[in-house]
Amino acid sequence: MIKILYFARLREQLGTAGEELPAAAELTTVGDLMALLRGRGGIWSELLAEGETILAALNQEMARPETPIKDGDEVAFFPPVTGG
Amino acid sequence: MNDDQLLRYSRQIMLPTVGVEGQERLLRARVLVVGLGGLGSPVAIYLAAAGIGTLVVADFDTVDLSNLQRQILHTSARIGMPKVDSARQTLQAINPQVRIEGFKGSIDANTLPALLAGVDAVVDGCDNFTTRFAVNEACFRVGVPLISGAAIRTEGQVAVFSGMPGGPCYQCLYPRDGSLDETCAATGVLAPVVGIVGSIQATETLKLLTGAGDPLFGRLLLLDAMTIECRTVRVTADPDCPVCGVRPSAAQSGRADS
Repeated sequence: MIKILYFARLREQLGTAGEELPAAAELTTVGDLMALLRGRGGIWSELLAEGETILAALNQEMARPETPIKDGDEVAFFPPVTGG
Repeated sequence: MNDDQLLRYSRQIMLPTVGVEGQERLLRARVLVVGLGGLGSPVAIYLAAAGIGTLVVADFDTVDLSNLQRQILHTSARIGMPKVDSARQTLQAINPQVRIEGFKGSIDANTLPALLAGVDAVVDGCDNFTTRFAVNEACFRVGVPLISGAAIRTEGQVAVFSGMPGGPCYQCLYPRDGSLDETCAATGVLAPVVGIVGSIQATETLKLLTGAGDPLFGRLLLLDAMTIECRTVRVTADPDCPVCGVRPSAAQSGRADS
C-alpha cells in the first residue's frame, strides 16, 4: 500500500486528510501517483493539474514528480505558501 | 551588561541554553527583518524585546486599515505612516536599548547587498516569491542564515537555511518561478496564524544567535492551524539549483529578474 496525506488547503478542498492506495506496477513515481489522482476528475484534476504548483514529500523528504515510489511509502501533498 | 539589562533579560538569562553569554551574543547581534507585515510584526517585536542589538527593519509600504487585523506592530493612529516609522515607534517603546535601522524601499538585488552588510541572520516575512528569491540568493552569496516564513488562510510554513555551501536554499524548495503569488490581501488569513509562524521564526533566530538547540536547517515545517498539526519534511539540496547548485551549467543559468 501507498499512504497518501493531504495537508492544509488540499485537505480542506479535497475533503480528506489522507488515504491508502494499493501499490501497482504502473505507479513508479510521485508523478504517476499525481496522474492517477488527477484521473478522478473534478476537484482532483483541478488541484493536481499539471502546471499547478503542488509540493510533495516522500517519507518526510521533499520529492519531485520523477522521484520513485514503492510499496510501503508515504507521500504527502501540500500547497506552497508565500503570504506574510 | 548593566543591572537594568540583567533584570530586563533575566527570564531568558536563567535558561541554561541562553545564560549571560547567550544574552551578550544577542546584544551584539545584527538582524535584518524583511517585511513589517503579519509575520514581520511578531518577529520584530520578539527580537526587540529579547534584546537583539541592532534590528534592520525593511518595508516599502505604509500602514493601511486592512493591515491592523494582524500586523500588530502598527496602530489605528498610524494609518498612512510608513511601516518602518511605525515599527520604530513600537519597538523603541518596548525596548529603547535596541538600535533600529529602517529601510523604506524596494528590497531587491540592488538594495540587498547593503542591507546584508554585517548582518548575522535574515528573517524573511515578505509576501511574494520575487522578493523571497532575491533575499535567498543574496543571503546565500554572503553565507548569512535565512529564517523564512510564510502564512496564508489558516496554514503556514517555516524553513531555515544555513547559507553554507552545498545548500539547500529556498530555491531548492521552490524551484519554479513565482507564478503563484497568493497574498493575504487576495486570499485572506486568520490573524494568529501569522503570529504562530512569526513566533517560530523569532524562536529560530534566537536559537541560531545563541547556538541553542537544533535549528530547522534544511527542514520545512508545515502548520495546519485547522487541525493544529505540524509536519516537518527534509529539504534536500538540488544539484541543479541556480543559486546553490553544484553543477556549473546550472549555476550560470540564474534567474533573470532577481
